[in-house]
Amino acid sequence: MKTPLHNNHVELGAKMVDFAGWQMPLHYGSQIEEHHSVRKAAGMFDVSHMLPVDFVGADSKQLLQLLLASDVEKLNEDGRAAYTVMLNEQGGILDDLIVYRLDVGSYRAIFNAGSAEADLKWIESKASSKFDASITPRHDLNILAVQGPDALDKAALALEHANFDALKPFRSTQVNEFFVGRTGYTGEDGIEILCGSDQIESLWQELLKVGVHPCGLGARDTLRLEAGLNLNGNDMSPTISPLESSLSWVVDWEPEDRKFIGRDSLNTERTTGPKRKLTGIVLTGGIMRAGQEVTTDVGTGVVTSGSYSPTLGYSVALARVPVTATGKCRVKIRKREQEGRLVRPPFVRKGEKVHK
Amino acid sequence: MSDTPSDLRYTKTHEWARLDDGMIVVGISDYAQDALGDVVFIELPVVGDEVNDGEEVAVVESVKAASDIYAPVSGSIATVNELLDEQPELLNSDPYGEGWIFILNPNNSEDHQELLDSHSYDEFCSSEENEH
Repeated sequence: MKTPLHNNHVELGAKMVDFAGWQMPLHYGSQIEEHHSVRKAAGMFDVSHMLPVDFVGADSKQLLQLLLASDVEKLNEDGRAAYTVMLNEQGGILDDLIVYRLDVGSYRAIFNAGSAEADLKWIESKASSKFDASITPRHDLNILAVQGPDALDKAALALEHANFDALKPFRSTQVNEFFVGRTGYTGEDGIEILCGSDQIESLWQELLKVGVHPCGLGARDTLRLEAGLNLNGNDMSPTISPLESSLSWVVDWEPEDRKFIGRDSLNTERTTGPKRKLTGIVLTGGIMRAGQEVTTDVGTGVVTSGSYSPTLGYSVALARVPVTATGKCRVKIRKREQEGRLVRPPFVRKGEKVHK
Repeated sequence: MSDTPSDLRYTKTHEWARLDDGMIVVGISDYAQDALGDVVFIELPVVGDEVNDGEEVAVVESVKAASDIYAPVSGSIATVNELLDEQPELLNSDPYGEGWIFILNPNNSEDHQELLDSHSYDEFCSSEENEH
């Protein structure tokens, strides 16, 4: 599959790769330059492969209260958004997502491309006829993420909108035909813009004109990793709970009578205490990659995401290790063990190194 | 289109080799650096090691993946480019110049002649491209 911006990417010399069945830009020349552009100025990502799904109807809130680990009641005004996860009965993570309240009885959730199809089947099987809620996958909507310290100013110029001062983090608004959420996946300030296929190309051109740097999935991955943000399929999976994915904070136990899917299993795990945790590793003697073995003083673990951090100039990773592990660790990089250090993510905050 | 200087020899694993006063200078081709993307870390060979042709001697890590570097001919490692410890990006910006990786003292300097010439290497790269 191709996004409506496919030709624009090719024109800019993008190296296109397959991602979950979509032809997506990996980079437009230098992934590292793209990464820095987002940390220092503003970059944009075509993430139209992600799938918005609208939930509309009298029972849409009740349905989401069943499907999601977070209490949707907390979205107490139109436009409010929350990051959360959708769990299976065992408390494993099916997907992570951002859910927006559009209106009373009307919500929009944005799912990952790789899991969207399975997510939809799951949602439909749980919704059945018990709920008065229509579930509409919005294949017609495209998404551009504009991220970086200059993102809001540049996007306002491109959209001919006065400014986004009134748009707080995790809030959304409508600007003409554009749905704009102050959200992202880079650890920088920024917005994500949803629009139809006939608007996205001119929006892309306007953003290029005001100096927003096009960025591919490669930079998106190193940016989210530096920011300590999980990637579904790597750091999260249907056999692992949010409690072992540093996502306890998205699980709302109150109110007690909200019986979301996975609650009972999670509750058991909470009582006995999770065995593992997802944490960070920094290391200078090589580049960590997913799947590498980690040895700590209290047992072994595994790297779930690893790469080179362009901001720090050495390797950073997320790893699942025994819950009590701290301090030094060793990571097996090909044939050799390299010494690393367990640290709490993020690795980079507002463009600056977090751990000395 | 990648740059493939005609005065060098090449391998199917994308190293280049230049015969220089009886020694063989080794790096990776422009085609290889382009495919790898931004190079961020290099594990250099150990000076003095005896290596056989086709043996893994170094590792080049780009942002996206690790890639092994093989000895193009048999010999011993004479020198390594320590500048790459600090500036691995030289492999991208100047693969045939400052981005050289190591120098081999070959057991037999005629082995160099057995490697691919630039024309055959270009053909090999385009056949590889077509497979993808």
